[in-house]
Amino acid sequence: MLMTGSQILLECLKREGVEIIFGYPGGQVLPTFDALYDFKGLKFILTRHEQGAAHAADGYARSTGKVGVCLSTSGPGATNLVTGIANAFMDSIPMIAITGQVPTALIGNDAFQEADITGITRPITKHNYLVKDIKDLAGIIREAFYIASTGRPGPVLIDLPKDVQVAQTEFIWPEETKLRSYNPRYFGHPGQIKRAAKLIMEAKKPIIYAGGGVITSGASGELLGLAEKTGCPVTWTLMGIGGFPSKHKQSLGMLGMHGTAYANHSIMDADLIITLGARFDDRVTGRLDMFAPNSKVIHVDIDPSSISKNVHVDIPIVGDIKQVLAEVLPEIKHAPSIEGWLKHVEDLKKKCPMGYKDKDKSKILPQYVIQQIDEATEGDAIICTEVGQHQMWAAQWYNYNKPRTFISSGGLGTMGFGFPASIGAKLGRPEKTVFNIAGDGSIQMNIQELGTCVANKINVKVAILNNGYLGMVRQWQELFYKKRYSHTPISSPDFVKLAESYGAVGIRVTKKEEVRPALVRAIKTDNTVFIDFHVEEEENVYPMVAAGEAINNIIGGLA
Amino acid sequence: MKHTISVLVENKFGVLARVAGLFSARGYNIASLAVSETFDPKVSYMTIVVDAKDEKVLEQVNKQLNKLIDVITVTDFTKKEYIDRELVLAKINYTPKDKSKLEAIFHKFVGKIILRKDDTAIIEAVGDQQQIKVLLDELNKFGIKELIRTGKLAISN
Repeated sequence: MLMTGSQILLECLKREGVEIIFGYPGGQVLPTFDALYDFKGLKFILTRHEQGAAHAADGYARSTGKVGVCLSTSGPGATNLVTGIANAFMDSIPMIAITGQVPTALIGNDAFQEADITGITRPITKHNYLVKDIKDLAGIIREAFYIASTGRPGPVLIDLPKDVQVAQTEFIWPEETKLRSYNPRYFGHPGQIKRAAKLIMEAKKPIIYAGGGVITSGASGELLGLAEKTGCPVTWTLMGIGGFPSKHKQSLGMLGMHGTAYANHSIMDADLIITLGARFDDRVTGRLDMFAPNSKVIHVDIDPSSISKNVHVDIPIVGDIKQVLAEVLPEIKHAPSIEGWLKHVEDLKKKCPMGYKDKDKSKILPQYVIQQIDEATEGDAIICTEVGQHQMWAAQWYNYNKPRTFISSGGLGTMGFGFPASIGAKLGRPEKTVFNIAGDGSIQMNIQELGTCVANKINVKVAILNNGYLGMVRQWQELFYKKRYSHTPISSPDFVKLAESYGAVGIRVTKKEEVRPALVRAIKTDNTVFIDFHVEEEENVYPMVAAGEAINNIIGGLA
Repeated sequence: MKHTISVLVENKFGVLARVAGLFSARGYNIASLAVSETFDPKVSYMTIVVDAKDEKVLEQVNKQLNKLIDVITVTDFTKKEYIDRELVLAKINYTPKDKSKLEAIFHKFVGKIILRKDDTAIIEAVGDQQQIKVLLDELNKFGIKELIRTGKLAISN
């Protein structure tokens, strides 16, 4: 049957299991939007900005584990996706971005709304395509989904010129995709697995360091198995949140710049770091040459380029974490003897616990708001965040128990990510309560997506920790720039009126005793809710390790 | 230290930009680059010479090259046995009385005069990096007006 390029695109998306496309129309994707008009089986969500579409597709992918899809026109539509694509790339999120392009005959002619989007996105995509012949289209889409969702996942962009969207050809669905140059390795090397097991059994001070790879690979069950079989304490990265239950007795919480003091001290004192899908980011290791000086390192990662990139690895294992752990576990014949070590770790927990000082009882502390959200949702919500102080408090003070319940921009640190991501998360997991925890600065970066929420009845709760500052930058200015608050005080609109003007619900909270009732009301409300929490203005995120310091050189906190 | 890296790639548009981008993004200059089709027209072969200030960065570049979807294999020849050649075309000052001097040079190197015109000669020569260096020093005595080099080609032995 003859089909147009646009019809082939939509048919392929449907066959790939896509349910929702996030996007925005424009001149060079008109044929595709025309095909979408009466196409059955694909839901389209019109965002209010293409960046919102990319982040929503990303949030959908993180909450479901499926591939997120966004669609925009050429030129400015495509360049508006760029931040969202880079964000997905840094956090290894499977995403397909489809952009319209000027007709092939005009490419390179500075045509209206032309941008070389494959050139622009080359370093921030796992792969990208410019489709020049309609006969290649179905195969390219199939390949794109295969590449985006396998190995270390990532975004793939498909640039589709208008004439290719209009052209017709016989539709042939390629049954399988094979690439001679792309074969991700899932099974661990048997010799390395035996060596890793031996090292684990012989360790005196082992620690498990879990990253986003545990979530991607769906390995939280295996991680729990490894932890309970060996008795090792477990710490995780920002991306690893939810991979291990927060309240488990072996849990040390997040490590790194704003990690728990006891997680940082523990990893520094360890003699074996069992690294699972983490990449020794500078926010985790602090000063590299002082990081865990007496420790051997086992590193399991599906991406060989992550291994020995920053830290020397003694036993590298390239493979899928779920698979590799299933292979390692039977090789561990007995738990290591680590009673002394566990006592040391327990002592650290007692000596430097997580906490905050509630100096002025009349003020609302941001940490308290997060704890109240935790209690009000019984730790079972999906929490999205923007980037800044509120993000760190959301990471520290909510008790996550399941994977894919903490959705945050880790690698790129994109302000404006959380709100559109929460839209994607809610559409992906409609049965869940979805919160976006935001700062007053971040929420203003993609606040236009209120329109998307209300128009599509997307029931997300936005908790704004409003302190009148770009708080994280202000904190650095306070600590490292003599309190010279250069352009960090920021004004905001009346968030309550703003929400109401869009048809959403707005609640303002200025007293501590109003926090819980406001949350209960928001959760019960069947509408998008903005809660404007007026919190302590100059509260800092602690514990903290200054950039470039050893991670046991901790400032602030209770110890 | 100079590294010679060969990369076997899918012969598709954009591949060269992907490969080059990994070097340029790290502020690495490619000293020479030779690309052409192999016997299989769907596959191209690149020989890249790069001066790595930091071996760790280069190791990361090699791993990233391997990650590119269109890259089939990557070989860093630096610690391996390989044979390399480069083709040079040079336009030099030439008068008939230079003939014997030039012929003496070509006793030592693989090369010849391919065109003589007025007071210039175009010569071609092939050799490894050391030979080319010596040859260019010799030719420079005549005065080199124009010089074109293919960049290094390398094959494992």
